[in-house]
Amino acid sequence: MSAADAILAGPSREPTRHSLTTRIVIYGLLVLFAAVYLVPLIVMVMTSLKPLDEVTGGNMFALPHALTFGAWVKAWGEARIGVSETAGIKGYFWNSIRMVVPAVLISTLLGALNGYVLTKWRFPGHKLVFGMMLFACFIPFQSVIIPMAVILGYLGRLGNQLIDLTGYSFGFGNSTVNLVIVHVIYGLGFTTLFFRNYYEAFPTELIKAAMIDGASFFQIFRRVLLPNSTPIFIVTVIYQFTNIWNDFLFGSTFAAGDQSPMTVALNNVVNSSTGVVEYNVNMAAAIIAAAPTLLVYILAGRYFVRGLMAGAVKG
Amino acid sequence: MTISVAPIAVPEPPGATVRDKLQQYLPRLVLAPSFALVLIFVYGFNLWTLFLSFTNSKAFASNTLVGLTSYQKLWTWTFETDPPSSWYTALVNMGLFGGLYVVICLVLGLGLAILLDQKIRGEGILRPIYLYPLALSFIVTGTAWKLLLDPGIGLEKAVHDWGWTSFHFDWVVNPRMMIYCVAIAGIWQTSGFVMAMFLAGLRGIDGEILKAAQIDGASAYATYRRIVIPIMRPVFLSALIILTHMAIKSYDLVLSVTGKNPGGAAELPSTFMYSYTFTRNQMAVGSTSAVIMLMSIAAIMIPYLYSELKEKNR
Repeated sequence: MSAADAILAGPSREPTRHSLTTRIVIYGLLVLFAAVYLVPLIVMVMTSLKPLDEVTGGNMFALPHALTFGAWVKAWGEARIGVSETAGIKGYFWNSIRMVVPAVLISTLLGALNGYVLTKWRFPGHKLVFGMMLFACFIPFQSVIIPMAVILGYLGRLGNQLIDLTGYSFGFGNSTVNLVIVHVIYGLGFTTLFFRNYYEAFPTELIKAAMIDGASFFQIFRRVLLPNSTPIFIVTVIYQFTNIWNDFLFGSTFAAGDQSPMTVALNNVVNSSTGVVEYNVNMAAAIIAAAPTLLVYILAGRYFVRGLMAGAVKG
Repeated sequence: MTISVAPIAVPEPPGATVRDKLQQYLPRLVLAPSFALVLIFVYGFNLWTLFLSFTNSKAFASNTLVGLTSYQKLWTWTFETDPPSSWYTALVNMGLFGGLYVVICLVLGLGLAILLDQKIRGEGILRPIYLYPLALSFIVTGTAWKLLLDPGIGLEKAVHDWGWTSFHFDWVVNPRMMIYCVAIAGIWQTSGFVMAMFLAGLRGIDGEILKAAQIDGASAYATYRRIVIPIMRPVFLSALIILTHMAIKSYDLVLSVTGKNPGGAAELPSTFMYSYTFTRNQMAVGSTSAVIMLMSIAAIMIPYLYSELKEKNR
């Protein structure tokens, strides 16, 4: 975590003194780039607040003349998505929520336990186990989607048989359940990595002391480690939330039609090529799709940056 | 280091040995399900995909082995330039997109990090602005850039409105230039991240070294060129590897920027794999391209992770 803390702490050493001209150039470049990074978001917001004729007829950088929330209402509740019967993206938004919450909680909790074992209860071969879990973070998912599709197809048929037998599918073949399973499995590597690196720095003496006092494996985890794990829980939850919410490949492969997550629905809204392209509706839908992760970024940017850094530079 | 439970002096009551044994194996039992999931769903599935690449699978997975047929196909397509095969296009685009994406992200990331590190005011406002695109999904990024680059209503139209009517910028609808638009959107999304990596590296440099250079009369440029950038070589390597692996995995961005990749103009190995497997019913060929993607990533990630883990346990 030291890497992220170093950025967030700001410059520590004495800076070189710059002349006025140099300072102007530095600020000029920084502000110019900030503008470039902000323009897409600003244009998105402005476009979503314009009526369609103003979007197609006017300048994209111009402020809306006739301010309207019509595109937002349409995107949320009325826009047609592919061949689906359901109108608007609201259903898909809730699909994503239903998928993200369990997937994040399960993968984070498992990661915490794994990190605990891999640092405080080491066994021969722990390094190999961790290395193998770590590599799992970086595989291209293309190399697992065919087998996954076969397995999930099998589970789906099992679900249908269960419905015939008992009237319930018990979750087999349900798109949301499928996606929770997939995201938990392929998120385990990262969550384990985060907790392992965090617990590595946790003083082993405290664990030993608790052991001498007769605390069991789970008691130590609950009473000693968990109370001291709040920051890494926040980092991991944010990282997993962002990744799973933003996933498209798994969502588009393993979820069907009305059960798709938000990103898939957004892609369908944008690319449903019937008639005029309603850019204002597309942008409103895109902002709604981005809102949860953006909100998390605004509220907990520090932890977001920590997660990013921990996923790239270890230690 | 290994932790062993200190032996307890009191005589053990009968039956405690089983409990002790359980306690001893409990940590491994807790880790086992996760590790088993990874073994099956990552390593097992990779092997399964490898197996499929040697079969004649079409729309469904088949178990009939046909040897290296799919590999031969891809190898032939690699050199099929006129008209270009999808695989040839995918490889060329991978080179163009990957090269631009990695190099520009590195340059921009380092540049912004150096500028931000000049003890400027307002770093707390600027830094989050460079980083926020990372919170967005590639689909959102693609949707935004598709609008910005659309000649009919985006940048070209705006510049025309401002009076420069001969301005021409239609890359996003021009099949030959689409891949550059994917690169632009990708760079916009990721360069902030590279900036953060470099900034962390810069902040980690010992101030004494820089002071010494200043006393010796080195110019700011020379200090960066000769001291700072060489010290940051490990950060360069990390950023290079992370970016390369992200470039190979890029998938959503292509679909969203180009509008479902019309005519395969912006084909990448990732989209090639998907379309051959799920729409063109050539699963064996799809698996083969997936194996090639996996091998490329393994070739860069395994040595990197190995060295990172080793360094940590010095």
